Amino acid sequence: MVSTNTDDGFVVFDGVQKSYDGENLVVKDLNLSIARGEFLTMLGPSGSGKTTCLMMLAGFETATNGAIRLGGKEINNIPPHKRGIGMVFQNYALFPHMTVAENLSFPLEVRKIGKAEREAKVQRALDMVQMGDFGGRRPAQLSGGQQQRIALARALVFEAELVLMDEPLGALDKQLREHMQFEIKHIADNLGITVVYVTHDQTEALTMSDRVAVFEDGRIQQLAPPDELYEQPKNSFVAQFIGENNTLMGKVEKIDKDLAVVRLDNGDLIDTVPVNVSSVGDRTLVSIRPERVEFNRERLLPDAHTLKAEVLEFIYMGDIYRTRLRVAGKDDFIVKTRNAPDQRRLKPGEVIEIGWRPQDCRALDA
Amino acid sequence: MTDATNSPSTGPMLSADGTPLKKSLQIALRRQKLRALMLVAPLLLFVLISFIAPIADMLFRSVENDIVSETIPRTVIALEQWDYEDGGASAPGDDVYAALYVDLSEAEEFKTHTRLGSRLNYETTGMSSLLRKTGRGIGRMDTDEYTKQFEALDPTWEDPAAWVAMMQAPGVAEILPETASAWQSWQRIVANKNDVLSEEQPEDFIYTMLYRDLIAQPASAVAAYSGPGAAMLQAADSAVDGFEPISLREQFLDIDKDWADAQIWGTIKAFSSPYTAGYFLSSVDLQLTPAGIEQQPENQQIYMMLFGRTMFMSMVIMGSCILLGYPIAYLLSNLPLRTSNLLLILVLLPFWTSLLVRTSAWKVLLQQQGVINDILVWLGLVADGDRLVMINNQFGTIVAMTHILLPFMILPLYSVMKTIPPSYVRAAKSLGATNWTAFWRVYFPQSVPGIGAGSILVFILSIGYYITPELVGGTTGTFISNRIAYHISSSLNWGLAAALGTILLAVVLVLYWVYDRIVGIDNVSLG
Repeated sequence: MVSTNTDDGFVVFDGVQKSYDGENLVVKDLNLSIARGEFLTMLGPSGSGKTTCLMMLAGFETATNGAIRLGGKEINNIPPHKRGIGMVFQNYALFPHMTVAENLSFPLEVRKIGKAEREAKVQRALDMVQMGDFGGRRPAQLSGGQQQRIALARALVFEAELVLMDEPLGALDKQLREHMQFEIKHIADNLGITVVYVTHDQTEALTMSDRVAVFEDGRIQQLAPPDELYEQPKNSFVAQFIGENNTLMGKVEKIDKDLAVVRLDNGDLIDTVPVNVSSVGDRTLVSIRPERVEFNRERLLPDAHTLKAEVLEFIYMGDIYRTRLRVAGKDDFIVKTRNAPDQRRLKPGEVIEIGWRPQDCRALDA
Repeated sequence: MTDATNSPSTGPMLSADGTPLKKSLQIALRRQKLRALMLVAPLLLFVLISFIAPIADMLFRSVENDIVSETIPRTVIALEQWDYEDGGASAPGDDVYAALYVDLSEAEEFKTHTRLGSRLNYETTGMSSLLRKTGRGIGRMDTDEYTKQFEALDPTWEDPAAWVAMMQAPGVAEILPETASAWQSWQRIVANKNDVLSEEQPEDFIYTMLYRDLIAQPASAVAAYSGPGAAMLQAADSAVDGFEPISLREQFLDIDKDWADAQIWGTIKAFSSPYTAGYFLSSVDLQLTPAGIEQQPENQQIYMMLFGRTMFMSMVIMGSCILLGYPIAYLLSNLPLRTSNLLLILVLLPFWTSLLVRTSAWKVLLQQQGVINDILVWLGLVADGDRLVMINNQFGTIVAMTHILLPFMILPLYSVMKTIPPSYVRAAKSLGATNWTAFWRVYFPQSVPGIGAGSILVFILSIGYYITPELVGGTTGTFISNRIAYHISSSLNWGLAAALGTILLAVVLVLYWVYDRIVGIDNVSLG
């Protein structure tokens, strides 16, 4: 079970459980292996156990059961300051009574690094986050984005191989957040460090990560690269948590290896990929992304099942059109189409036929 | 108020109805300000009348000294001509004694000479008894000889009505200045007795002054007078040269030989001005002597020692409060809210019991037959014969006051510590700091404002503390405040008490200022 190959299992959670009160498990049997140099995001709603996992890795919480390994060595009983893990906190946690340079110098001082070397490293770290001229300022004199950069530089300055980030961009406005996402990603790639990143923002998770672990109810619901996570959600929680999603309820009518025909509650038939259904008669929740819905009959397979839909609302959003339809008795079926010269704008009241490629529609657990 | 006519040509900004905008704004704001003032007015008045004004009055007493110039005004003026010379100094001349004679004659009637005596006794011991004795003797001086000689010359001098008529005549005051001045005193004395001026024969001091005036005036001045009693006066003027003179100096010396002592007169002169630095000098173990400012005698120098002790013990108390309060505040701020609230109530519990009860409890605990000594003896740590003395000394005061003032340290510390997010210490640890380094380099600096606030509070409260040192301080554990209370209620030297209080207030303000310069008062946070 233990991987001695530290490149595959640089950070390993092995059957980790955590309980605060001895009655409820906040983290239930977590098994996770993170490779060296990987950017892994723990994504989930609040209370899903993702931050607890991060705190256990950092050493601020102890695992109730199971082992956590770093570089092949069990670290359960190593205090946080000896783990050598860099960490960026949600509110940055820059020491307000020290200047930026003193903040960065702090981890080097406690490691008893000489003054000249310290100064060189601090300057290098500041330059890396493009804050080279700000060494003499106090954290309170910096904007949120600048503080964020300093916090990042401080976590990196002592050359930790593993950096943990606990919703580091939560306090920034949208534009700055998007900018910082790329910047963090680039810095991590350039330095080749391993990053464990916690967020509840799915866009952030998809943009930055090599792999995303979706947490819910103390368990990892799905661990996959972003595209797989988005296009092939393994269960209805992941499908609904990641991105926008249309859902329809029905029963499996016919099932093959990679095609299941589902009869919706109003009697219509649709083509799906069977994911969490195994036999005819199973209740299922069918999931289809708004941008994969097609209403141009020519683009569909000749024998594909289609559904009647009534246009309720057309919203112009610049780069895309967003159309709300009534499908199979439900009023919240969304279709997204790209704003292109030849794109048709649907009008409210219009009745159209919609369909999709069977592989885009997934029959999940009900 | 400015209006459009006298403003620069560009004109002020006008509001919609043409009045200057500033004026409209003022009117609009005035109503708000008035409303705010009305709301605070009751409390403001109450504080002003019942708190600020008495304190200001009390502080003013530290320099106020008009008792000397009010009680013996003529003497004060007469003494201006006289200079105290250290060593070979001599008592002043007869003029001063004459002035003192009139002053004390009036003061004796109003009994103000005893108050003067008490006041001057603060500066030179013996003044109080000297003035009492003189007050008793002043009516029995030999000056009745003058009275008898005037009466023998002309029995009309016995007639009060003739005196009244003469003294009211214009020009008399110029011819008989000392008599006129003494006559005013006589008028007040008669009024005080509820008698009628025209029915009471003047007392000897009037005749004495008359004699002095007639001796001093050239005959021509008296001869020029033509008002009521002119004949009688002119007759007396020609006869006074034959009167037997009586030395007022000798009369005073007969009452008490101290009146020949230049030291006595020097003291009166030194404290004759209506304002004095004497109380403040006494407060710092100096004294204002006739020869200038001098050190108090060694055995009377207590105030600097008391100020020093007050400062020192307040520092120790403040330090103990920091040492004891910091861990508790830390614990409180890091516990879950429900537990910390419970503990906070325990911290506040002492506030709900009487200060007297808490102090007395320490007496029970610390006294030689008390609980702590009993336990130590029982444990065999201390022999029954030499039980520890832990009360009625500095130790007892420090222990009891630390206990009493501890909440004032814990509360500001707690409120500051509660605002320090736990992520700072976590960050420090994740950066490689040990628990101690994380605390000392990251947590502690951020809790300094709380320490500052608590320290100021505890220090200022303790340097003015009274009840606890009074009860458990004994002689070595008392504060300056106990001495102030002594002067207020026992020795009744309010001026000195006021001076000591003013110095205490000034010290607090200076410390506050120093603290502001060093730490910055903005850094003080009460949460």
